[in-house]
Amino acid sequence: MLDAIGAASIDELFAMVPDDLRLKRPLAIPPALTELELTARMTALAAGNVPCGERVCFLGGGAYDHFIPAVVDAIAGRSEFYTSYTPYQAEASQGNLQAFFEYQTMITRLTGMDVANASLYDGATAAVEAVLMSQHATGRPKHVVTASCVHPEYRQTLAAYLKNIGAELTTIATPDGVIKPADLTAAITEETSCVLVQHPNFFGCLEDVEKLAQVAHDKGAMLIVIADPISLGILKRPGDYDADIVVAEGQSLGNPLSFGGPYLGILACRERLVRRMPGRIAGQTVDRRGKRCWVLTLQTREQHIRREKATSNICTNQGLLALRATVYLALMGPQGLREVAELSLRKAHYAAEQLTADGRLSLVFQHPTFKEFVVRDRENNVSQLLADARAAGFYAGLPLGDWYPELADCFLVAVTEKRTRAEIDALAAALKDSATVKTTSNSTKLHATTAHA
Amino acid sequence: MRNTRSTVPIFELSKPGRRATRFPASDVPDVPLSKLLPEGAVADHAPDLPELAEPDVVRHFTNLSTLNMSVDTHFYPLGSCTMKHNPKRNERLASLPGLLDLHPLQPEESLQGMLELLYELQQMLAEIAGLPAVSLAPAAGAHGEMTSLLAASAYFHERGEKRGKVLAPDSAHGTNPASASVAGFASESVRSTPQGYVDLEDLAAKLDDQTAVFMITNPNTLGMYDPNMRKIAEMVHAAGALIYLDGANMNAILGISRPGDFGADMMHFNCHKTFSGPHGSGGPGAGPIAVTAALAPYLPTPLIEKSGARYTLVYDRPKSIGRVRSFFGNVGILVRAYCYIRSHGPEGLRRVSETAVLNANYLLSRVKHILPVPQGDRCMHEFVASAATVKADKDISAMDIAKRLLDYGFHAPTVYFPPIVREAMMIEPTETESKETLDAFAETLFRITEEPADLLHEAPHTTAISRPDEVLAARKPLTSTPKD
Repeated sequence: MLDAIGAASIDELFAMVPDDLRLKRPLAIPPALTELELTARMTALAAGNVPCGERVCFLGGGAYDHFIPAVVDAIAGRSEFYTSYTPYQAEASQGNLQAFFEYQTMITRLTGMDVANASLYDGATAAVEAVLMSQHATGRPKHVVTASCVHPEYRQTLAAYLKNIGAELTTIATPDGVIKPADLTAAITEETSCVLVQHPNFFGCLEDVEKLAQVAHDKGAMLIVIADPISLGILKRPGDYDADIVVAEGQSLGNPLSFGGPYLGILACRERLVRRMPGRIAGQTVDRRGKRCWVLTLQTREQHIRREKATSNICTNQGLLALRATVYLALMGPQGLREVAELSLRKAHYAAEQLTADGRLSLVFQHPTFKEFVVRDRENNVSQLLADARAAGFYAGLPLGDWYPELADCFLVAVTEKRTRAEIDALAAALKDSATVKTTSNSTKLHATTAHA
Repeated sequence: MRNTRSTVPIFELSKPGRRATRFPASDVPDVPLSKLLPEGAVADHAPDLPELAEPDVVRHFTNLSTLNMSVDTHFYPLGSCTMKHNPKRNERLASLPGLLDLHPLQPEESLQGMLELLYELQQMLAEIAGLPAVSLAPAAGAHGEMTSLLAASAYFHERGEKRGKVLAPDSAHGTNPASASVAGFASESVRSTPQGYVDLEDLAAKLDDQTAVFMITNPNTLGMYDPNMRKIAEMVHAAGALIYLDGANMNAILGISRPGDFGADMMHFNCHKTFSGPHGSGGPGAGPIAVTAALAPYLPTPLIEKSGARYTLVYDRPKSIGRVRSFFGNVGILVRAYCYIRSHGPEGLRRVSETAVLNANYLLSRVKHILPVPQGDRCMHEFVASAATVKADKDISAMDIAKRLLDYGFHAPTVYFPPIVREAMMIEPTETESKETLDAFAETLFRITEEPADLLHEAPHTTAISRPDEVLAARKPLTSTPKD
């Protein structure tokens, strides 16, 4: 090959790299491992964690332990999907493009919106993109309203983005666990582009979304709803209550927990906003023989065409996660998704009842909830309680004190369709035991697996 | 073998009452729904999704998959995207339950193995970058660009400097100026020379006390290492500005030349390119960033630190720009990057780049006789050929060649980018292709340029569809299956 090139050595090919800019030593990283050695290393690292399969998971807060049917992994494991890239050549990518089109269709049906894009990074960045859309669409770039019952990490992400573009973020306090319409009315000004709410919210409570939509629209602001896609198996669709843009974390739709990513940012909106959408969109058309087919469309919104004037800087998205969501929703169908939602709802309510039965724990907010709820520990010893639950084999919930100092004696419990009555009863019993007898931390088999390999 | 039956959209396959998944009956006491949810909150019908049996779902999506070209099935020389082989070991190891089934908000004590892995990855990326501080948070390259620009903004803000401008070459990826806008900067373009090098005069003219960052891709989008890199860094730093390295082309210089050593203050890696994360039909990627010590305090939260034998997630960092996403990062892709780097080690990574550069130069030496390569006889990991001559002589465009390549079983190169080359075909073979594949590709390119133009205008001829009407798609957007 060097002869054909006309070079004497591989080193000569690097002649354009100035000598003083070259690294004159090997990289100081560990030596190469064979597949066998790497497998041992990774197995050891994996053994240093306690996954949700080894403790019963009642953790939520934006990432949920829902069931993933085998078909999802089988299809996403097709290397024609996972080793392909952005469908710039439509003829070589009809599989991906059609899958994106079907994904977009499912998302519009699920949310009651007119159009959806082909995915964003995650729920938090999707919320930011929606806010940026609203700023352009309303011509009100200076002010955004949200509330403390919206996921804290989503609000932090929004704040980081808004800081440099000179927009002010007002966060309504929600001591009752939901937004009071009167507080929202007071927070919106003539400069407000949008109101960003979550429904069900971070505490699991249902918001009075119809009223919130009305308040926002009366003042010329858009309503952006962060939805739980599983909840849309039973709750009204955001389109039914007049939301302008819907975003969601799509992890629940067939994607593994994976320590927080990669996840799936869902974004859907009204038809009038389509040309302000970020990211890729698949569209139907016909080929030169008149055959129905799919392409990336409305690309003049995107960075590779519009550069600094693009609607967003996003390029690589979360295609494989969108595919997984599409397969998941196809497997569920209307009945299946409804059952996932209803089972999660019923089991969460049963868990709330059982966990608060002995008096130490009590429900904090007096509003209807979906699959999550907040409980307060009367003895104000949440970290011990959760540690005892772990020793007994449970991830019992998320402590809230880091995000909400006023809720330092509280934790958030999530219940999916995977949890059984027996598991819920056992958790309630473990928490009750913790109240009376402090378990020792080295007594269980589960704990032994945390030992560092 | 491809199923030649037309692929009907899934909603048109739906038959009422069919289903693929069943759940156990509820095992908790039956309470009327009206006691659990307010009436006004409940939908009046089940969600409008297709109804299919499991075999229908499997066949539908399996058949769809066969309509894609992919790295596992075809040579995929898509320039700038580094479509290298994705080792299967990484897929298996990233799916170990002890790594995959971790909730992002589990307590640290239950995550020590994962945090150790990510901490080690931070260290290895810092060493490869030649920059001391790493954030694994960004989800993709463009997200890394934006995150770094936010950090730069915070850095200048703290120094009391108001710098509102970001410069990038006219040959840069579109994400560079777009990220500048999202981060609140105005962006301005700097001219490139025919080799894609930064035009130093134009850079000097545009650098001023308003310039915050110069974003450079080195090797550049023509696959050339800018010989003036040292001078560029001196000019930018003398103006008080910072250098951002778009790391899309890191596959050319692993262990050979480190961004921190050639003057970059910040950079991103594309784990899905350089470190073999599968591209997943458009993502997910992972775009970790590395920065100088001066910029480290502004990195997003959380970072991983090691104290004694414990690994901790650090959130309390007062100068941090805050969060740029939920949870930690695109961990599944980061785990694959970790596997890749550990599989190669220092010599192996260097060999990756040497082989990538050898393959690209070999292919260049063959292609230049068919299509001129304006940048010259040498390149790093990729090169840009021009179809301008065959367009003028034979009415064969870069798009015609790209489409016809599909008929011969090759994915097309990136076409019409970078914009500084007419009829551009950006070709990146990667290190994982054999000489035989490169020869076959070059021979096919030659054969195509000898074919009648009329045949090429209607190519491809063997794919399921050919030359979709993109104007129609944009004029009357149909982005979902209409309701009955």
